[in-house]
Amino acid sequence: MKLLSKRNGYFLFAILATAFFYSKDGDITTSVYATGAAFALPLALAAMVGIMCERTGIVNIGIEGTMLLSAFVAFFVSSLTQNIIIGLICAVFTGSMMGLILAVMAVSWRMDQIIAGTILNILATGLTSFLYVQGKTIPSVFQAIEVPVLSKIPFFGPVLFIHGALTFIGIAIILALYVAIYHTSWGLRSRAVGEHPSSADTAGVSVARLRYINVTIAGGIGALAGAYLSLELVGSFERGFTAGKGFTALALMIFGRWNPLGALAAALFFGLAQAYANQLMIDQVVNIPTQFTAILPYVMTIVVLTISAGKVRPPAAEGQPYEKGQA
Amino acid sequence: MSALLEVTGVTKRYPGVVANDNVSLTVNAGEVVALLGENGAGKSTLLKAVFGLIKPDSGEIKIGGTPIVFGDTAGVISRGVGMVHQHFQLVPVMTVAENLILGDEPKRGIFINKKAAYDEIIALSKRYGLEVDPDAVIEDLPVGMQQRVEILKALRKDVKLLILDEPTAVLTPQEIDELLVVIRNLAKSGVGIVLITHKLHEVMAVADRVVVLRGGKLVGTTSPKETDEAGLAQMMVGRSVVLQVNRTEAKRGGVVLEVKALEVRDDRKILSVKGVDLQLHKGEILGVAGVEGNGQRELVEAICGMRHREAGSVLINGVATKDMHPHAVHEAGISHIPEDREKHGLVSNYTIADNLVLNQFDQAPFAKGWIRDLNEIAKNAIATVEKFDIRTPSAFNTAGSLSGGNKQKVVVARELSEELPVLVAAQPTRGVDVGSIEFIHNQLISARDKGAAVLLVSAELDEILSLSDRIAVMSDGKIVAIVDSKDADRNYIGRLMAGLDK
Repeated sequence: MKLLSKRNGYFLFAILATAFFYSKDGDITTSVYATGAAFALPLALAAMVGIMCERTGIVNIGIEGTMLLSAFVAFFVSSLTQNIIIGLICAVFTGSMMGLILAVMAVSWRMDQIIAGTILNILATGLTSFLYVQGKTIPSVFQAIEVPVLSKIPFFGPVLFIHGALTFIGIAIILALYVAIYHTSWGLRSRAVGEHPSSADTAGVSVARLRYINVTIAGGIGALAGAYLSLELVGSFERGFTAGKGFTALALMIFGRWNPLGALAAALFFGLAQAYANQLMIDQVVNIPTQFTAILPYVMTIVVLTISAGKVRPPAAEGQPYEKGQA
Repeated sequence: MSALLEVTGVTKRYPGVVANDNVSLTVNAGEVVALLGENGAGKSTLLKAVFGLIKPDSGEIKIGGTPIVFGDTAGVISRGVGMVHQHFQLVPVMTVAENLILGDEPKRGIFINKKAAYDEIIALSKRYGLEVDPDAVIEDLPVGMQQRVEILKALRKDVKLLILDEPTAVLTPQEIDELLVVIRNLAKSGVGIVLITHKLHEVMAVADRVVVLRGGKLVGTTSPKETDEAGLAQMMVGRSVVLQVNRTEAKRGGVVLEVKALEVRDDRKILSVKGVDLQLHKGEILGVAGVEGNGQRELVEAICGMRHREAGSVLINGVATKDMHPHAVHEAGISHIPEDREKHGLVSNYTIADNLVLNQFDQAPFAKGWIRDLNEIAKNAIATVEKFDIRTPSAFNTAGSLSGGNKQKVVVARELSEELPVLVAAQPTRGVDVGSIEFIHNQLISARDKGAAVLLVSAELDEILSLSDRIAVMSDGKIVAIVDSKDADRNYIGRLMAGLDK
C-alpha cells in the first residue's frame, strides 16, 4: 500500500486537527469527541444494515423505518414493563421482523426493492404516530460503563471507553461484521450472491436462503440502532424520532465503499461534525439560528455523496431479483 | 454398476415451444459423449434439468442410479456432477482463489483457511496442467484464462461427470488442443464427460459417442468412427449442409473505407492498436485474422466510433468520420455487427420487432414524423423472421428469450437491412450452430456481391480463409501482412498470427 494514499491523507488530517484542538482546550475537545462518538454509533450501526443487505444484493431503504419502529417498541415496552432489557429484546425482535418482511417482498415476491423499503418506512411512520402516547417514562437508560484502566487514558479513555452497554455491543457487531465479510465463508458467499448470484447458485449456495438470513439479521441490527437512540442516548421517544438517520446511513455506506470500517469512519466524521456544531452553538462563537446548525448533517450528506458519487462501485446484482436457472 | 447419468423421457414445455421432447440419454464412466444440436435444439434446457435448475414436465433423471430432486443443485453437485458453463459463472470482482473455493471453502475454525485454499489450488492446477494465479482478479484476466478457472472450478469437486458447455468457443487453437488432451486424460481416469460444442472437428477428435438433438427431440446416436463432419452436420440440421462456402470472384471497386495510422487504447489504457493502415474496397471482403486480444476488438470499436481514437483517422469515401460518435459513423455509412451481441447488439427487454428496427426506428417507413408506425414495424418483423429463419414463437417475444444463434440472426438481419456502403462484422458466427453459420456466411457474401465493402474480423481462421478476398493478419496491435486469399497458406498465416514471422 502506498504511504501517501488518499486514505492515509484523511487520517493524517484527522489526527493533526484533533491534536490542534486538544492543545487549545483539552477538556472541551475530549467532551466534543465523546459526544461525536455517541452521535456516530447509531449511524454506523444503521450503515451496517445497509452493508449486510446490499452485499447480498438487496437494497434496503427501509432502515429509517426499522430504526423508528424499533426505537418506539424499545421505549414503550420498557415503559410498560419498567425493564429496559425486555424493551431491548422486543425491539430487536421487531427489527428482525421488519427485515423478514422486506425479504419476503424482495426475494419471494420479487417486488421492486425501493417500493418494498418505502412500505416499511410508511408502516413505521404510521404505526408510531398512531400508537404514540405522551408522558411515558422509562426507569433508566443504559448507564455509562467505565472500562477499567482503559477509561483512565487521557482523551481516548473518555472518548472510547466510557459508554453504555449498547455502544459496546454495537462496536463489537461492527468489528465482527468486518471480519466476517472478508474472512469467513458466510462473507465470501454473501459477496458472491450480491455480485453474481448465478455463480453462487451453480456453486451450490442458495441465493434466496442467504438473502433471507442476511436481511433478517440486518433488521435486528437496525433495531439495535433504534433502541440505542431511545434507551441509551436520549431516553425518550417522539414522533419522527430518528430524523432521517436511516437515510444518512445509506450515504455513509456508499461513502465507506460498502466496507464496515469505511462506513464506521464516515459515521465518526459525521458524528464529530454534529458534535462540533452543537459546541459552537453552546459557546455562542457563531450567532446563527439553531435551524442552520441542525441542517448541517443533511447538507454534509449531500456534499459528501456528490463528491464521492460516480467513483464508487456498488455490488453488481444490487436491487435485482434472482430467478433460478436464468443464468 | 449403474450409469453415471441416466436421462429417461424428459419433456419440458415453455409457452409456445417444447424445449425437450421425450429425451433419453446415458453417460457411462470413462466415456466422452458429445451433445450436438443447433441453437435452440434444447441442449441447455436438458442440462439445466440435470442440475435441478428447472423442473421437467415429465421424465426422470438419475445420477449414479438415484433420481435427482428439483431445486437440489447442491445435491447434484455433491454426487460428483460438475459443469463448465457457457456463460462464465465467475464473480468478476473476486480473485481466482475466492472463485474456486466458493461454496466449499476450506476452514480453520469459523474463518476461511487461505493457506489451505492456495495449496489446494496450486496442487489442482499442477495435476491437470492448467496454470492459474490464485491472486489474480477475474475481471482482469483474458477470457481464455477465465475459462481455465471455470474448468478448474469443476475439476476441484472431484467430479465423476463433467459437463462442458461450449468450452472452446473463446479459446485459441493451442488452448483448444490442450483442452482436448485434458478431456481425454480425464476420461481415461474414469470421469464421464458430456461435451457440447458447435465445432464438429472437435467432436470428431475427442468423442466416443455423439448424441444429436434437433427441435427438442433426440434424432440419433452415432460415433466419430461411423460418420464424418458432413454427416454430423446433416443430422443436426436435418438437411445437408454446405460446410464450404461457395464464393465467386470479387468485383473490386474503389476504396470506400480508409483507416490511417490508427492508434487505440484498450480498457486498461494500454495501447493495443499501434498504427493500423487499412484500405477497404467496394465489393470485397477483407478478413482480419489474429489470435484474440491482439487489438482486433479495439480496432473495430474505434472504426465504429465506440472507442476513442488516440491518433489517426477513419475515412469513408474520403470524408473523415467523427471520433466517439457511433450514430454519426453509422450515418456516414457503416453498419456494424458487434462482437458482443448481448451488450452492443440487442436490447434484451425489447421485442424482436423493435430490435429489428433499432437502426432506423426514427426514419420512414418505421416512423412518420415523431410517431412510430407500429404496423410497418410489425410487417417488417414478420417478413424478416420468415426470411432469416429466426426460430421464435412470435416476432413480438423479447429478444432476450431467443437462443444465441437466433439473437445473432436478428442482429445480422438488422444490420444488412439498410445496405450501407460498409459492413463491419466482428465474430459474426461466434457461438452459432452450423446451420446458422452457413446462412450468415451466405448473407455476408451476398452483401459483398451487392457492392458492400465488408470488414470481417474473426478468431476462426477457417472462417477468414473461406470468406475473405484479402486477408490482413493482425498481431500485437499491428497489421503484419495483407495477403490475397488465393495465395493464402494456412500455416504461413498461423505463424504470422503467432507473431513468429515478420
